[in-house]
Amino acid sequence: MTLIRLDKISRRYQMGNETVHALREVTVEIKRGEYVAIMGPSGSGKSTLMNLIGCLDTPSAGSYVLNGVDVSMMEDNQLAEIRNREIGFVFQTFNLLPRSDALRNVELPLIYSGMSAEERRRVALDALSHVGLADRVHHRPNELSGGQRQRVAIARALVNNPSILLADEPTGNLDSRTGAEILALFDQLWKQGHTIILVTHEEAVARQARRVLRIRDGLLASDESLAVNPETGSGLPPIIPQAQRAQ
Amino acid sequence: MNLLAELKEGLSIAWDAIRANKLRSILTTLGVVIGVVTVTLMGTAIQGLNRAFVDSISFIGGDTLYVQRSAWFVNSHDDWMKMQKRKQLTLAEVNELERQFTSAVAIAPVAQSRRPVRFGKRSSDGVPVIGTTASYFQISGLMVSHGRVLSHAEAEGGRPVCVIGATVATNLFRENSPLGARVTIGQTQFEVVGVLEKKGGLFGDGGGGLDNQVIIPLPQFRSAFVSNPDFDIQVKIKQVEQIEEAREELRSVMRKVRRLGPAEDDDFSINQQDQVLEMFHRVAGTIAAIGLFVTGLSLFVGGIGIMNIMFVSVAERTREIGIRKAIGAKRRTILLQFLLEASSICLLGGLVALAIAWPITLAMKRYFPAELSPLVVTIALVVSLVTGLLSGFFPAWRAARMNPVDALRSE
Repeated sequence: MTLIRLDKISRRYQMGNETVHALREVTVEIKRGEYVAIMGPSGSGKSTLMNLIGCLDTPSAGSYVLNGVDVSMMEDNQLAEIRNREIGFVFQTFNLLPRSDALRNVELPLIYSGMSAEERRRVALDALSHVGLADRVHHRPNELSGGQRQRVAIARALVNNPSILLADEPTGNLDSRTGAEILALFDQLWKQGHTIILVTHEEAVARQARRVLRIRDGLLASDESLAVNPETGSGLPPIIPQAQRAQ
Repeated sequence: MNLLAELKEGLSIAWDAIRANKLRSILTTLGVVIGVVTVTLMGTAIQGLNRAFVDSISFIGGDTLYVQRSAWFVNSHDDWMKMQKRKQLTLAEVNELERQFTSAVAIAPVAQSRRPVRFGKRSSDGVPVIGTTASYFQISGLMVSHGRVLSHAEAEGGRPVCVIGATVATNLFRENSPLGARVTIGQTQFEVVGVLEKKGGLFGDGGGGLDNQVIIPLPQFRSAFVSNPDFDIQVKIKQVEQIEEAREELRSVMRKVRRLGPAEDDDFSINQQDQVLEMFHRVAGTIAAIGLFVTGLSLFVGGIGIMNIMFVSVAERTREIGIRKAIGAKRRTILLQFLLEASSICLLGGLVALAIAWPITLAMKRYFPAELSPLVVTIALVVSLVTGLLSGFFPAWRAARMNPVDALRSE
């Protein structure tokens, strides 16, 4: 079942007198339950693509149908609602609210979706224990390690049960071992049925996914499905040595 | 997300933000505090002044007309010079007026002169001494707290008796009862038969106030002080509603008494309390307008301070705004969050200001009737809230309109 359908999506920016074509008529379909990596060097347009998929931005041309709804022409407030319901963001720099504890950070999307206080607390605690942080709920971000912070962010991303988990370089600020743990968690989440889109410039990280989209100069350069390693259950080759190399 | 939950969330965020930047919040609030304190004190002062004036003026009554040589309010120097040249009002004219003007409840001639008043070693200088008839008490509504007022017989006759004001009584007699004592006014001895009730307030206290006077019979006044004084004539009319008609009638009678031809101008003036009230309201209105303008300026400066700091707050939290938007906060939610922050700061400032203004009002009360009324409190709080909303709106609007992609990218 098609979850995301991008049809000839373009995004142009005006920089002074110059028009920058960040994306040129990209057409992609992603089905529910897929694990997709978006790769590309910086300036390739992969961030633009991610922002569009994440409904943080709207295309200059083309259409984007997410979960059966055309979101390409939506205005700010409608997009906020879509993001709240359909997208769970995981960022490279975690992007937790520094003055709020883990529980409150995870509760945030539920506050915006209007859930009652008691239910909110229950669901958020659930999500935190799901990522293995049941004993850290009242810690603030600065009292948590990088890996723990990213787990809080993942819990926050999942708490509203979104259609897509959209991760932007989720291991970029982590050491290789913690990064591997986070990727293992993604793998586990994928197996539980979540749709995951991973934006990265690291080959090793991209290999965790089942499908890799390569972006270059605003165009979709390749779309490749990966074989599954029967041992690790994920793409080849094993991740840890490469991740270390990247460090 | 319903509005109540949004408000609650917004308030808790605002409170967090204020606590996280304690010093900054305090300094910002200071501007609002100063503004609201001045507005509150100004309001209190104006209200107190108004009340004091109305209280003080009302017992004299709106039903009394004052026939005098000059008007209370003179518009120009020329007018004033003209009035100075007018003939004095004589006792004969008073008697003539009394005979001809029949629609009055009471008419009293009032002569006044300042004299020292002594009793034993204690004395009081420049006390207004009033020579009048018994009708004066009926007209002015002055009451005694001890003893009695002048009887008709005393007022007409030659016995040297007096009724003294409350201030005079406390000045000359510490503990002893003044009744029956003989005080020396100027060079003459008078027996005290009554002490006036204390009026207090704006017109009671002080040198020229109603509490500081001595009332003696008119014949005594003429023989002891001034034989041909310039009289004021106080006329109490029957119905306040018909004061304008009565005034016209009084005017025509006075013209007859003074034998003025049809072409001649009045050579007397008829004054009434309305004029004082009207004048007072005009002056008070001007004071209020200027005062509120000046205090409003300080509040405006405070508001600009809030706006400035809210811009800083928005800039500082651009990333937070980006996160919140990415997670699903709508424009309205972000707008509300920052508006609540600004208005919370201002409302806190308003409360602090009231806490400061309250003891100051109490201190002011010793000099004139000031009161921190519920109205002033409400105004202060509403003003501070509105200041917060107005000065917070522009920064909050900027925050609400931020593009999440740019906001997330900011450091």
